[in-house]
Amino acid sequence: MVRIQDLPRKNFLMPGNAACPGCPETMGLRYVGMALGENAVLVIPASCSSVIQGIYPRSGIGMPILNIVFAAAAAAASGLKAALEIRGLKDAQVVAWAGDGGTGDIGFQALSGAAERNEDIIYICVDNEAYMNTGIQRSSLTPYGAWTTTTWTGKKEHKKDVPLTLIAHRVPYVATASVGFPTDFIDKLRKASKIRGFKYIHLHAPCPVGWRFDPAKTAEVAKLAVQTGLWILYEYENGKFRISPLSRPYRDKSKRKPLVEYIRLQGRFRHLKKSDIAVLEKYVDEMWEFYTKLEEIYK
Amino acid sequence: MEEDHLVLPLSRPAPGAMGKTGTWRNYKPVIDQGKCIKCLLCWLYCPEATIIRHEDNSVSVDYEYCKGCGICANECPVKAIEMVPEVQGGA
Ligand SMILES: Cc1ncc(C[n+]2csc(CCOP(=O)(O)OP(=O)(O)O)c2C)c(N)n1
Ligand code: SF4
Ligand code: SF4
Ligand code: SF4
Ligand SMILES: [Mg+2]
Repeated sequence: MVRIQDLPRKNFLMPGNAACPGCPETMGLRYVGMALGENAVLVIPASCSSVIQGIYPRSGIGMPILNIVFAAAAAAASGLKAALEIRGLKDAQVVAWAGDGGTGDIGFQALSGAAERNEDIIYICVDNEAYMNTGIQRSSLTPYGAWTTTTWTGKKEHKKDVPLTLIAHRVPYVATASVGFPTDFIDKLRKASKIRGFKYIHLHAPCPVGWRFDPAKTAEVAKLAVQTGLWILYEYENGKFRISPLSRPYRDKSKRKPLVEYIRLQGRFRHLKKSDIAVLEKYVDEMWEFYTKLEEIYK
Repeated sequence: MEEDHLVLPLSRPAPGAMGKTGTWRNYKPVIDQGKCIKCLLCWLYCPEATIIRHEDNSVSVDYEYCKGCGICANECPVKAIEMVPEVQGGA
């Protein structure tokens, strides 16, 4: 894993942007800049990251950006990549940077199309588990039990496993990452940038505003999601599936921190009953059982 | 239309796209340089890029824009950063 000391000093995220204090999306954008540098060209559909850019004539993000309608990130990124190639800009890394709503809900058909065509782009889903920009509405990636303004007694359905659907598309590279583990995310981005064809990275991004926790704890909550085994870091590369070293210890259930340590930091889970927590604990066990088997199958 | 009449509404990267966001702050991170071990974790996790990383990997805060989230203090492994209230009796 890259050492922090070896990361570039240049800022690709401008201070004084419009993000809320403790924002996981600005954290993620910094790591994209650190990983890809001058070569990154972003495509951003409607999301917090559209607003974070701030007000003309300044931009809060230090990378070129094509802002695009909510449903079209992957389609626009496909077109942009083709256009840059025709212009001879072969080093440009086109990065679609979309929220969980823009990825798993409204942008899903464009994403599936681009993946199936094996477009040479990096698609990143920055997953804060709800529609934050418009005021915390549920998405298909909101987890079971979570309060949002449209699930005010707690969501009844489980989180949609979007990265698994990308594995089903048999694209060259699928990975999960977390803002709690920046160097792992940066390594995965750098690896993705060397692979030709469609690359998908799903970035877990706890949001203090929508999840109702102290903004000082964004990284802590993100790390707990991994350490409790709830969020599994992995890579699927050329048909091989591998749990990432940071998540590997948690294959052993006894090594996982209790899920309540993650849950009790977040106001969105405040109303959960013991039976709801048991549903989430069972979900964690099932995910591990499934992904451990997948690792055996795709070894 | 002549080229030089075209106006492109193109924003350029610059600090302060939303103004001096340092004024948003309720608590101010203060670094104890004596305690700091230059691990750079605060620099890595700061969501605003307002931890300034110097040539020798020592760190300081850009108070013009730091929003006071407290992530730097929360992540510092040696507790070298303290969050101090901006206003007496405030926040
Ligand atoms: C077609 C369309 N419907 C609705 C909206 C309003 N809208 C803008 S951003 C957004 C939510 C985005 O949620 P997500 O993709 O999860 O990104 P986040 O804001 O959480 O970063 C919505 C509903 C829109 N811009 N376009
Ligand atoms: S709502 Fe959450 S993701 Fe959106 S800008 Fe605020 S902190 Fe960032
Ligand atoms: S308080 Fe937040 S914004 Fe300010 S320097 Fe620390 S991490 Fe950065
Ligand atoms: S996290 Fe703490 S010890 Fe590490 S560089 Fe920052 S202030 Fe110094
Ligand atoms: Mg979202």
